Amino acid sequence: MSEMQDYPSSLSDVSSRKFETFSYLPEMDADRIRKQVEYIVSRGWNPAVEHTEPESAFDHYWYMWKLPLFGETDVDRILGEAEACHKAHPNNHVRLVGYDNFAQSKGAEMVIFRGKPV
Amino acid sequence: MAVKTYQAGVKDYRETYWMPEYKLKDTDFLACFKITPQAGVPREEAAAAVAAESSTGTWTTVWTDLLTDLDYYKGRAYAIEDVPGDDEAFYAFIAYPIDLFEEGSVVNVLTSLVGNVFGFKAVRALRLEDVRIPLAYVMTCNGPPHGIQVERDKMNKYGRPLLGCTIKPKLGLSAKNYGRACYEGLRGGLDFTKDDENVNSQPFMRWRQRFDFVMEAIHKAEAETGERKGHYLNVTAPTPEEMYKRAEYAKELGAPIIMHDYLTGGFTANTGLAQWCRDNGMLLHIHRAMHAVLDRNPRHGIHFRVLTKMLRLSGGDHLHSGTVVGKLEGDRDATLGWIDLMRDSFVKEDRSRGIMFDQDWGSMPGVLPVASGGIHVWHMPALVNIFGDDSVLQFGGGTLGHPWGNAAGAAANRVAVEACVEARNQGRALEKEGKDILTTAAESSPELKIAMETWKEIKFEFDTVDKLDVAHK
Repeated sequence: MSEMQDYPSSLSDVSSRKFETFSYLPEMDADRIRKQVEYIVSRGWNPAVEHTEPESAFDHYWYMWKLPLFGETDVDRILGEAEACHKAHPNNHVRLVGYDNFAQSKGAEMVIFRGKPV
Repeated sequence: MAVKTYQAGVKDYRETYWMPEYKLKDTDFLACFKITPQAGVPREEAAAAVAAESSTGTWTTVWTDLLTDLDYYKGRAYAIEDVPGDDEAFYAFIAYPIDLFEEGSVVNVLTSLVGNVFGFKAVRALRLEDVRIPLAYVMTCNGPPHGIQVERDKMNKYGRPLLGCTIKPKLGLSAKNYGRACYEGLRGGLDFTKDDENVNSQPFMRWRQRFDFVMEAIHKAEAETGERKGHYLNVTAPTPEEMYKRAEYAKELGAPIIMHDYLTGGFTANTGLAQWCRDNGMLLHIHRAMHAVLDRNPRHGIHFRVLTKMLRLSGGDHLHSGTVVGKLEGDRDATLGWIDLMRDSFVKEDRSRGIMFDQDWGSMPGVLPVASGGIHVWHMPALVNIFGDDSVLQFGGGTLGHPWGNAAGAAANRVAVEACVEARNQGRALEKEGKDILTTAAESSPELKIAMETWKEIKFEFDTVDKLDVAHK
């Protein structure tokens, strides 16, 4: 058994701030992002891209990047929009959403580009 | 219509209550009882007796029977089937007209279906295996205060199971120390912490102090992690008045969710509280203490799938479902059956899961199944596979027993659940590749790595007592 470790999290350490699903895993690389986009498409959900300043990540509503890509199944197109959003807002969190219109909910929601913590 | 005349005396139940030719109505309540008759009682007679005693009948003819149209109000035994693997017991199917039951009253439904009939001498043992609640009746019930979709939106949790933890030791902590245990779990990455069922308002920790300290824990953990958090504040109380007092105070503090024990607290209290929760925007977590008294004996009592249906009618946003893999009883297929009954809007008859009837819930919201009891990180791949996203996975000892404490334990579980969800979305076979998935995730999480070393050897592999009925020959 290894030496006991402190759990590093505090109000003053901005890196303690999380942003829900997959935020406890290492930041995604391109390959992992692509697989999640493929999953959303395979479930028949409507992909969407949203972003926010990290200090407002707790809010329910983030900024929509254009409109959700209704019916879009081209993974590269979806990735292209996410990247364009990231490029336009490099310091913001960018999240990928899969709208499930039958459940009237989001089947998936995850930050794929992490903003600069503040 | 033929005129009936009064004849005193006792006649066989089957003359009146056994009707194999009966045509079922969409509005009928249907019930499937497993009957173990007394020796020498024919099946039809035993089935008819159960139909009679759970509806209009009594042991002798009475003249006032003729003042009403009993043929309209009576329950009817309409079919009999062998129980696979049991030569003595049989299934009796009984139809009840909807007018026998007060609208929106689970209490009234149960008082009839599982009332006096269960002590009836003509049957040695009796078990209510399943019921079909007609949609017309479902629509008269309030049901879950919010349901899965609203809970996800309120708590901002999508695309994964929610994570909880029951605070231990279940009894004896002071309110302030208890709040500390909650705070540690929540800051480590849990969505919810939970009062244990027998935490009410004992001398060592009165409810008001518990609520105060736990809310501070929630607020601080939210500020620290930037995520929404909650704690199931148990409002189960000796009287409904006291229960509402506690619920009101939880609301005043801004708590997102409260908790009730629906069997020990009772259906009247539960249905009222669920209504209150809808009116006041509070989520409602339901614990099921006492269920095993009712549902564990394969020949006598009430099957949990019936208790599940009754809770969905009475109202609750979460309900403990068993884990399949942990320390508590639960056959896998049967559990899959009743978690469908919690969540889905239509569930088809499926004997391989013990489901005897189609059940249409219409637009009644779904209940989140809560898997709790003796589970830890090594169970995560199986849990995600079995329960899917719409569930709460609750690790008590599996969080608090982490060698580095609750926050580390919580983080280990959070990393594990996210790793499993990511792998599932990638199309990987969770139960087969579970070890690989967790081991890889542990490379970037020392908390998970130690958790995996701590719990590796723990196993619960007793056979279940209550199995699905399957042929033994």
